[in-house]
Amino acid sequence: MTRIPLLRKILWGMVVLAAIGAVVVQLRQPAPRVEAAFRPEFSLADAAGKIRTNAEFRGRYLLVFFGFTNCPDVCPTTLAEVAQVMEGLQTQAAKVQPLFISVDPERDRRLGLTEFTAAFHPSILGLAGDDAATRAAADSFKIFFEREPDAAAPDGFTMSHSPRLYLIGPEGDWLRQYDYGTPATEILADLKSRL
Amino acid sequence: MRNILLGGLTLALFAGAAQACETVTLGDLSIGHAWSRATIGEGRPAVFYVEITNAGAADDALTGIATPAATMPMLHETVVTDGVASMPHAMSVPVLAGQTTELASGGYHGMLMGLTSALKEGDSFPVTLTFAKAGAVTVNVEVLSLRAEGPECDDAN
Ligand SMILES: [Cu+2]
Repeated sequence: MTRIPLLRKILWGMVVLAAIGAVVVQLRQPAPRVEAAFRPEFSLADAAGKIRTNAEFRGRYLLVFFGFTNCPDVCPTTLAEVAQVMEGLQTQAAKVQPLFISVDPERDRRLGLTEFTAAFHPSILGLAGDDAATRAAADSFKIFFEREPDAAAPDGFTMSHSPRLYLIGPEGDWLRQYDYGTPATEILADLKSRL
Repeated sequence: MRNILLGGLTLALFAGAAQACETVTLGDLSIGHAWSRATIGEGRPAVFYVEITNAGAADDALTGIATPAATMPMLHETVVTDGVASMPHAMSVPVLAGQTTELASGGYHGMLMGLTSALKEGDSFPVTLTFAKAGAVTVNVEVLSLRAEGPECDDAN
């Protein structure tokens, strides 16, 4: 008699594990190539604590990067490119709002978000919401990020994240992504063709 | 005569060029383009990039870095898998015979954790590289701007 509930527990355990596995596999999928239009949403605090949402940027293009300020390799490279793009846009720069969305918001708020983004370009708006809002924003952009324990890293963890840049149109539609390493000149030319 | 003049000019330019353009040799290895990015405060890790050319016939490997600028320097490799970037610890970086190996943005890099002080543009600091076969050598690392993509050197490598 006691064997059946145990077996049942094991089987249910396997079902749960399989479900978790399926979710993890889904989260690991790369962001979609151009598919049906979707409109990513976010509601995240800026450095001053004010909530900023996608709605307020209607009418402008958004150049969105998900990163963290403790990232000395990939993040500065991409943000330096964003800075070059903004400089290259000259008088059209007002039509594009670059966003840096922190995937490590608690630490980034503590270390300082604005001094980091300003070191690249004053136009870059840094956002660092709470964990739930950050996860919701990433899900909405269909991107993956994860906090991984790493005893050798500062504070005992490292982040893995999507290093791509995302372009959102004036109507809020997801338009395209620029893969990591896309030269600033290429991004600039693409943006100029749309403005 | 013309060559001597040109040589003198090149030398003058070289003397004025950035520290990151200096090359240090260790046996068959020549090490240059050592640079880093400025940091905002000392709470965030810094990065270390370098170029190593192995002119010899035998492979070698960079197995470690040390510097007074950071309490925990490590070798890392940025890897992008399925659109997700992470930077695991690298046990060593292969320095293959007849090739130039780069520690560069988006690939292998030195990760300088536990900075003793913030790195400011224009500063420089020493990093000692240890190789499996060639031994150890110290290079001067130039701190460039946070926005820099690398040193601008006149050499062709
Ligand atoms: Cu690293």
